[in-house]
Amino acid sequence: MNHEPLTVPTVAEMAAEGKKPEILFWVGCAGSFDERAQKITRDICKILNHVGIGFAVLGTEESCTGDPAKRAGNEFLFQMQAMANIQVLDAYEIKKIVTGCPHCFNTIKNEYPGLGGNYEVIHHSQLIQQLIDEGKLKAEGGESFKGKKITYHDPCYLGRGNNVYEAPRAALEVLDAELVEMKRCKSNGLCCGAGGAQMFKEPEKGKKDINIERMTDVLESKASVVAAACPFCMTMLSDGVKNENKEQEIQVLDIAEITVRANGL
Amino acid sequence: MIAQILFIIILAAAIYLFSKNAGKIRRNILLGKDTDRSDNPALRWKTMAKIALGQTKMVKRPLAAVMHFFIYAGFIIINLEVLEIMIDGVFGSHRIFSKPLGSLYDLLIGGFEFLALLVLVACITFLSRRNIARLKRFSGVEMTEWPRSDANYILIIEILLMTAFLTMNAADHKLQLLNFGHYIKAGSFPVSSFIAPMLPDGASSLEMIERGCWWFHIVGILAFLNYLPYSKHFHILLAFPNTYYSNLHPKGQLTNMASVTNEVKAMLDPSFVPETAGEPGRFGAKDVTDLTWKNLMEAYTCTECGRCTSVCPANITGKLLSPRKIMMDTRDRITEVGNNIDKHGKDFKDDKSLLDNYITREELWACTTCNACTDACPVNINPLEIIIEMRRYVVMEESQAPASLNNMFSNVENNGAPWKYSSADRLNWKENI
Repeated sequence: MNHEPLTVPTVAEMAAEGKKPEILFWVGCAGSFDERAQKITRDICKILNHVGIGFAVLGTEESCTGDPAKRAGNEFLFQMQAMANIQVLDAYEIKKIVTGCPHCFNTIKNEYPGLGGNYEVIHHSQLIQQLIDEGKLKAEGGESFKGKKITYHDPCYLGRGNNVYEAPRAALEVLDAELVEMKRCKSNGLCCGAGGAQMFKEPEKGKKDINIERMTDVLESKASVVAAACPFCMTMLSDGVKNENKEQEIQVLDIAEITVRANGL
Repeated sequence: MIAQILFIIILAAAIYLFSKNAGKIRRNILLGKDTDRSDNPALRWKTMAKIALGQTKMVKRPLAAVMHFFIYAGFIIINLEVLEIMIDGVFGSHRIFSKPLGSLYDLLIGGFEFLALLVLVACITFLSRRNIARLKRFSGVEMTEWPRSDANYILIIEILLMTAFLTMNAADHKLQLLNFGHYIKAGSFPVSSFIAPMLPDGASSLEMIERGCWWFHIVGILAFLNYLPYSKHFHILLAFPNTYYSNLHPKGQLTNMASVTNEVKAMLDPSFVPETAGEPGRFGAKDVTDLTWKNLMEAYTCTECGRCTSVCPANITGKLLSPRKIMMDTRDRITEVGNNIDKHGKDFKDDKSLLDNYITREELWACTTCNACTDACPVNINPLEIIIEMRRYVVMEESQAPASLNNMFSNVENNGAPWKYSSADRLNWKENI
């Protein structure tokens, strides 16, 4: 596997050279700070570098989209965040955004326009699908997923929230793997338990945690790889796998990670 | 003649009573705040046609979908027959459509009979699911005595009405064969002819049975009509407007509160003057009148089928939240507010509210905003919107968010991230390549 050095310019750096990125990569808080999600962030950069898309990140100028604040009921904080972010994005004349987080995706795509922020926003799984369709990504030259059982967990904010069901599946279909659907999938999918600001608090008391409930579907599918497309789902599913002591048998991998591995990037 | 006058009086009384009670529900719904759902009428008609008329969201549960379709089609189509009964009742005629329609009439009556049979099958299936198989979906804390009886009453009434209809036809058929009185030969009776042998042969007793069933059937329908405003069965009417006024935005999108936008803009730019003076209302919803008329319409549309609750991840894992309960609580509270207005005048305020008296905070905080409930609802009800509005009240008016969420808020405010990391470290991930 060849490891090219990764080029990740910031928008500010590009602006200093009088350039604008083709697409802004909105990393998101999880992608920036969560150790597991950081790996996914780097993999998304690898894909962008590999296909030669001129992208940039905001770096220290990026801030939380306000999603958890809004869903927890703090509309003030949400709109403060949103307006500040829109100012930054507009100052750099950003038109197109890709993000690895369905929560950032949903918020910027659906809630920012009402506050004056209009951008074309795509989730990284949609970008990957597009690159596969264009023949720029092939699932060749890397790790073989041949015969492996892979299942995909639909993030609520990508699936039910925005009807993106096919793109992440398309990224898996190019692999020579055995794709299986969980009992609860697509519009019938089960939440990982982290949305709506649940990520930042203890769950209310009940019989069990939601990610543990989700593990029954994962185990039933007999998949050895669970594909995720959201950093929150990644945390919840990984914790679920740990809780079952199945780390040796079941890997939780983001669509971007699987793509990077399959292409040997 | 006496029969005709009696019929007209009953009919008029039934219509008057129904419009009065339906009017009250309309008034209650309009106690909600305004929201604009007048955009994109073409898509709205299409949504209604697909979801209410076409029942497309029912198919997720095939058995329920087929059975429900029998009852639904039976209800819609048998109305033609009810129209004939009304005309006959007012003018003292008998099977007035039979002459002008001729052989088509035979076909129609035959069709109605099959539908009536299917409705019977469906109602019996539904009753057994609720009372013998005891489907989990029909239980839960909110499914107290009344909601369970309400469901059973509806099914039993439908069974009685269909039985009366078929018995009436059987007796009519027998009288037709006897060439008795005004019982002209009309209609084909593919189902009720199986009941006919069980009926007596004497013309006068047959006539009594026929008239008895006729009256029972039509008075029953009028009584049922007047039961609707007190029952979850009101969904047969509200499903249509409710789907017409559906949320057309992506499910993940929450409303941006305009009143907050004005304040935030004023904070960022002191020279900013909002276009419209903001109404002094509260942020979010403490009581039902803080919700929109659409939220309230949804509460009256809910038929308590429990599809929302059965897919709710919080409910599945044993938490207190049940989206169905959110809708039922909202309806119970708005009904209470409406009754207060009727009794004590429109400015009367009791010391109750939707929050705490009906819906607890524990329920509100258990929601993951995953939209499983809104997706599952066969008539596009959105319990999530009510939950978010109530969270907004708790957070923005009361500052009573759970401590861990307050920490998250201050992290977002101070560091631009929900975790306690410095924004200066946002690019650290780059270094580990």
